[in-house]
Amino acid sequence: MSSLSATIQDVFNEPGCGKNANKSEAERKKGCTKQLQPGGAAGGCAFDGAKIALQPLTDVAHLVHGPIACEGNSWDNRGAKSSGSNLWRTGFTTDINETDVVFGGEKRLFKSIREIIEKYDPPAIFVYQTCVPAMIGDDIDAVCKAAREKFNKPVIPINSPGFVGPKNLGNKLAGEALLQHVIGTEEPEYTTPYDLNIIGEYNLSGELWQVKPLLDELGIRIMACISGDGKYKEVASSHRAKAAMMVCSKAMINVARKMEERYGIPFFEGSFYGIEDSSDSLREIARMLIERGAPAELMDRTEALIAREEAKAWAAIAKYKPRFEGKKVLLITGGVKSWSVVAALQEAGLELVGTSVKKSTKEDKERIKELMGQDAHMIEDMTPREMYKMLKDARADIMLSGGRSQFIALKASMPWLDINQERHHAYMGYVGMVKLVEEIDKALYNPVWAQVRKPAPWEKSGDNWQSRAMAQAEAEAAALAADPVKAEEVRRAKKICNCKSVELGVIEDAILANNLSTVEGVRDATNASGGCGACAVRIEEILEQMVSASHAIAAE
Amino acid sequence: MATVTVSKKACSVNPLKMSQPIGGALAFMGLRGAMPLLHGSQGCTSFGLVLFTRHFKEAIPMQTTAMSEVATVLGGYENVEQAVLNIYNRTKPEIIGICSTGVTETKGDDVDGYIKLIREKNAAVAHLPIVYVSTPDFKDAFQDGWEKTVTRIVETMVEAPKSAARRDPTKINVLPGCHLTPGDLDELRTIIEDFGLEPTFLPDLAGSLDGHIPDDFTPTTIGGVGVEEISMMGQAGWTIAIGAQMRRAAEAMQQKTGVPFRLFERLCGLEANDALMAFLTEISGRPAPMKYRRQRGQLVDAMLDGHFHIGGRKLAVGAEPDLLNEIGGLLTEMGAQLLVAVTTTQSPVLERLPTEEVLIGDLEDLENLAKAKDCDLMVTHSHGRQAASRLKIPFFRMGIPMFDRLGGGHQLMVGYRGARDLIFDFSNLLMADHEDNHEPTPDSWRDGVGPSHAATSH
Repeated sequence: MSSLSATIQDVFNEPGCGKNANKSEAERKKGCTKQLQPGGAAGGCAFDGAKIALQPLTDVAHLVHGPIACEGNSWDNRGAKSSGSNLWRTGFTTDINETDVVFGGEKRLFKSIREIIEKYDPPAIFVYQTCVPAMIGDDIDAVCKAAREKFNKPVIPINSPGFVGPKNLGNKLAGEALLQHVIGTEEPEYTTPYDLNIIGEYNLSGELWQVKPLLDELGIRIMACISGDGKYKEVASSHRAKAAMMVCSKAMINVARKMEERYGIPFFEGSFYGIEDSSDSLREIARMLIERGAPAELMDRTEALIAREEAKAWAAIAKYKPRFEGKKVLLITGGVKSWSVVAALQEAGLELVGTSVKKSTKEDKERIKELMGQDAHMIEDMTPREMYKMLKDARADIMLSGGRSQFIALKASMPWLDINQERHHAYMGYVGMVKLVEEIDKALYNPVWAQVRKPAPWEKSGDNWQSRAMAQAEAEAAALAADPVKAEEVRRAKKICNCKSVELGVIEDAILANNLSTVEGVRDATNASGGCGACAVRIEEILEQMVSASHAIAAE
Repeated sequence: MATVTVSKKACSVNPLKMSQPIGGALAFMGLRGAMPLLHGSQGCTSFGLVLFTRHFKEAIPMQTTAMSEVATVLGGYENVEQAVLNIYNRTKPEIIGICSTGVTETKGDDVDGYIKLIREKNAAVAHLPIVYVSTPDFKDAFQDGWEKTVTRIVETMVEAPKSAARRDPTKINVLPGCHLTPGDLDELRTIIEDFGLEPTFLPDLAGSLDGHIPDDFTPTTIGGVGVEEISMMGQAGWTIAIGAQMRRAAEAMQQKTGVPFRLFERLCGLEANDALMAFLTEISGRPAPMKYRRQRGQLVDAMLDGHFHIGGRKLAVGAEPDLLNEIGGLLTEMGAQLLVAVTTTQSPVLERLPTEEVLIGDLEDLENLAKAKDCDLMVTHSHGRQAASRLKIPFFRMGIPMFDRLGGGHQLMVGYRGARDLIFDFSNLLMADHEDNHEPTPDSWRDGVGPSHAATSH
């Protein structure tokens, strides 16, 4: 395990991550992982994260070394798409039993590798470590090495057992495995000045294919996509690419940065969600490739293509303007991290409510993204009653959010659209944004909402749960208004930091008692924002308010 | 009749099996105000949660003790304590059900001891019902986790009646296996009530995962059998257990409370439901209502109409033992041959199955055997979709998970009506397959092959 903990320390120390670079030495050591709260945690484990990141490699056999839960409960459940092999959708697991736990599972693992090679002969096998074999001391590195020598085939250990941390850590450990064992181990058949790596893109719902034709048209070759619709050989020889684009936030930033370090492949962080972001990304790709030696005329062709695609997309979206007039969207997402989704929705004439969204500086954008992320986090704890009230108060006509809130929103009889991982539609690129607007239209104007909101024949009007919920909420609000002590209690009980479970009152008291003026000070005193850090903006707001309030008092 | 063999492969390919802790967690989900809690790393819970969410299309209550590497090695007392207190404070459950996992069983956490200590140290949860079941992932399967959990609930929560005089002959306990859907439970409830009897289901997934919109929302289960109701099950006149997996729980009930039980290994098909009707008539003293006499006639008619399509079919079924028994039985009674039977775990029903061999294996085995034996109908859960499409044979989804179709929670199998509709669904699938893929052409008989339906003819 010592090499695994060294790897974990290494991925925590990520200079490419702005958030991390701003932390103190001690903070960095603690890592960027959210403290897991027993009985209050949600989300996958490090093994889940590693598998999510690598499983879209289509021609690889992904072998899970562990008891049946790790693969049996979860296989073939990702929406990534393949243009070739379907081997990645085959579930392989050692399904270890009690005897293996007592005597060790290494022999079974080795035999499993042999069986897979004999039956399926894949270009490579990825072996995923899980908690139980990690505990009993199965050395998968050694087994993989022995198998590699015996069968003369890449057998790659992915050391990311679930209990080392959450999903995002697993993403990074998966990246480390690629860097250590795969990338740079083979040579491409040929190279061109237009060779691009795309890192951190999983081709969910086949959405990469909404962008690929544009790259094809420009003559840009996706040398390797890590990992959506990727192939082993492409990744193994991806060190010969000229430039890289890093998608999907920071999930695989370690791969992008270390490839820059080791092979001199420059990268940028971009997105194909939204029209502006798509254009920006295409421009950046062209610019980087030209810088690395591609002819300068690539930029002219790129600009022409952007102009054509943008015009087409805006024209398609403009058609919806009259239908969307006066319609309000409640957008809650930490998932699709793209400002320009917001821009596209606004362009289609939708009004965004619930989050203060106006076009302004880059910092504002960041701030809004973080706010949305925080709300997305919060919404998982919301009861449908509260959600219904929120929709009602915001007077929203539709809610866009991640999958977790789906059933609650739908039970509140509210139009809802999934814009996170589990979605069935592909929203990437120019056509993707048009598709999103189409889907919103479909959801908004579906007559089913009028039907499902009708009272049952035995219900007295105004006696359904919705009106009861609203009445209850109003009664509670009225009771609070009449009882300032209680109201203050409720106000102070508002949770600001979800990771560390810190309430507003605690933060306010700490600020007053210690005369704090910085987020760091609050963090040291209360632990708030010591987790994912997304609530830092809220703490800043609290600080601002309290400072101005104390000034006001001083002025009196 | 059948020999049971266990696959000799080192590597399981395309698992049919799911783990026992989530089988246990699902059993707890049939209790009202419940929060199932897996004692393991957070992935143990999140995989199960995603699986159930995709199957039932509902929000699923399920928590984790979020064991880290260090906590796993040192022991999980603090994690269990924190989890119980957090759940208690945040969701105010009526009961917390804890299942262990592979990680915590490898270490050997004494969770029963932990619970005792937690109660002593925290007055708030001193009397909160907390049930613990040992369900290591590296043993047994989903169905076993369900079985152990229901048995444990009976052992710990049902109270023995103070005197036999307190027994109420109209009250009936129903212990359904995990192969029954919420739709099945609702059908059974109606049938039992139509005999003037009052059933209590343990667990009652129809109350919690049937998709209804509750009056008030809680983060725990939104319905199901209540803690109080469970404690009073000892006063019932009879226990009806469904599926061989429920024998242990029924025996535990009898041993603890003296309530006699009748085990129905099957409730899908004509004879099985005749037996149920006869039993309900006997214990209620009422004749079978007209409604069921008519439904029986409809089932007989459906069997007559359906046997043209189902008769002679070469069947490959992959399912947990009790579901395999139900579906293999029904279709065999309609003239199909159960040529391939793959299951997940040991059970006494396996050797009685109408087939030569039952294999405890995976969906790769099911696919290969179906191909070798020319099967032309496959029945298993949604994960069979890849195999069926490679073999190009009609595929009927049954069991958990059913994530790529709607209505898994309401698929009906029990009662005359359940069997009738299932026969229609099977027949329609086979008719559509015939129209799409096997219509005769002028040439199709010449080479002596004919428009075969089997896997290898493509």
